[in-house]
Amino acid sequence: MTAAQATTGADDRVAKRSSLNLLFARPEVGALIGAIVVAILFIAVAPSFRSVGNIGTILYAAAAIGVMAVGVSLLMVGGEFDLSTGVAATASGITAALTAWNFGLNVWVGVVAALVFSLLVGAFNGWLLMRTGLPSFLVTLGTFFILQGANLAVTRLVGGTVSTPPISDMAGFASAEKVFAWQVSVGPVSIRALVVYWLLLVLAGALVLQKTRIGNWIFAVGGDAAAARAVGVPVKAVKIGLFVFVGFCAWVLGMHLLFSFNVMQSAEGVGNEFIYIIAAVVGGCLLTGGFGSVIGAALGALIFGMTQMGINYAGWNVDWFYTFLGVMLLLATLVNMYVKKKADG
Amino acid sequence: MSRFTRVSVVATSSLAALTLAACSSSGGKQPAEEGGGGGGADTEQMTVAFITHAAPGDTFWDQVRAGAEAAAEKDNVDLQYTADPEGGNQARLVQQAVDKDVDGIAVTLAKPGAMQGNVSRAVEADIPVVALNAGLEEWKDMGVQSYFGQDEKIAGQAAGERLQEEGAGKTLCVIQEQGHVGLEDRCAGVKETFPQSEKIYVKGTDSSNVQSTITAKLQQDDSITHVLTLGAPFAMLALQSADQAGSDAQVVTFDLNDEAMQAIKDGDIGWAVDQQPWLQGYLAVDSLWMDVNQGMTMGGGEPVLTGPAFVDESNVDVLMEK
Repeated sequence: MTAAQATTGADDRVAKRSSLNLLFARPEVGALIGAIVVAILFIAVAPSFRSVGNIGTILYAAAAIGVMAVGVSLLMVGGEFDLSTGVAATASGITAALTAWNFGLNVWVGVVAALVFSLLVGAFNGWLLMRTGLPSFLVTLGTFFILQGANLAVTRLVGGTVSTPPISDMAGFASAEKVFAWQVSVGPVSIRALVVYWLLLVLAGALVLQKTRIGNWIFAVGGDAAAARAVGVPVKAVKIGLFVFVGFCAWVLGMHLLFSFNVMQSAEGVGNEFIYIIAAVVGGCLLTGGFGSVIGAALGALIFGMTQMGINYAGWNVDWFYTFLGVMLLLATLVNMYVKKKADG
Repeated sequence: MSRFTRVSVVATSSLAALTLAACSSSGGKQPAEEGGGGGGADTEQMTVAFITHAAPGDTFWDQVRAGAEAAAEKDNVDLQYTADPEGGNQARLVQQAVDKDVDGIAVTLAKPGAMQGNVSRAVEADIPVVALNAGLEEWKDMGVQSYFGQDEKIAGQAAGERLQEEGAGKTLCVIQEQGHVGLEDRCAGVKETFPQSEKIYVKGTDSSNVQSTITAKLQQDDSITHVLTLGAPFAMLALQSADQAGSDAQVVTFDLNDEAMQAIKDGDIGWAVDQQPWLQGYLAVDSLWMDVNQGMTMGGGEPVLTGPAFVDESNVDVLMEK
């Protein structure tokens, strides 16, 4: 929220609000309370959820969603959608593995090639969107299908099978593994690389959105692109930049997956794009743009991760997994809405 | 082959008696059979995590799970079944089983690259792990103690030989899950003994997609004489596809379910390569129980093969008998 303009005279639009009210009007507060409710519920019913040693597993599940949710939430605040995010992460890993394997290069060359590829996919999405004026929903739906097909076709073309050839015996793999897929034990909790990168991305994203001019631009283009253009905001650059950042997030996730598993399965990632969007929406991002927060999306990812893991830790019948998941999400978003109502009331 | 077949029929028929509900023509829900007053084991209850790569709603996995549940009941085991088709997610389920400190883990290794790390960690945590159904090449390297399943390559070769004997023309090998090493091996095995086969990918979790994809392929290429599906539900869909396309292609399949058995009896499906999924689930749980309570392991470092065996008109009745 931008600070209220200081004006003279008593105007009810700039009336002082209580600090509690101000706090509760923040987009992420609802998600925070939702997360606390979900955590309490599972702590009550699942013994394994209580064990401190398992926090690492839960955070890792959240990070697998959260890394992409950082880019997706910023994009949604900027008023756009990206449906190609799930397969984009897989595509990034495949690009790195195949580049290195096929040409017998150092694995790091593949990593850089994947970064270039992911940023280009993002730039292409943004450019096509600005060029055609089509809804981003449609543009990125096209990209989603293109990548889904290319993931399989290129993998088979180059490697001959549906998963990329293993690259763990190639030069540079060990050092790349140390960068993208390390693991460290803090007492009983094992923290994995992806969790730390997630938190760093969240921190960077939140600072940019809340504390910089670029953050204000993002809110402006998401709220009303025409008005933003009229006051001199570089709308085109901001939107393309947001898509490129989503590409960067896809690269981070893709590299982690590749160096954790040493191969990429060509068909994976499909359907995850909605999970990232859900995390952002649960975290308070509006589907219409112009409002939301990166911290909120991180909490949304945490709610999703906790629920996924909690259902298993609680030992509930997995046939009902998605039903439980749906109920928990509704519960979390209802709490979220209730908090917002209270804040506005 | 004939010995294989006989062994399989005896085993599968006893299995059928245990699991299959009555197949009378009256339809509707059948009253559950009373088990023969099974005196279960009186060992202390243990927990087994049973973690597969099953896509939701695949009939094959119902049979694996039924076998696992039968063994769990007999052995006083608390069976915790979970499944996820994505490699990374399935690996995380293994991690969670370790977190929960279960007494044994049975796991499928369809995506060995993704599973390697967490399965090895489970072994390091002194939890006995057995593998089933997929991962024939990799299970030993992960420190897994036994493997129950079939060698998919050999099963594919057997199917290819049979196609050769029948004088088949062009055959379509239908893969329903991209990235599943075992399914790829089957089609590769078929190709080794029967070069005139061609692969096609369908989205196994989307029936209409499966049916229309096969239909389109049959319409496009009328030289296809056989459609080989890699799962019973897909065989039933392929029958519809052949109808739609007005093709005379014969449908043959890997793996069975009740519908497919009926279709073999009716002469709609030519034959099936059976790997006895019920037995895989049963043996996996039972062997973990033996390891925990008796300190015994099965297989002596070699895979315990549960297939392949052919089911066709000549022996399908034995399987379908109550």
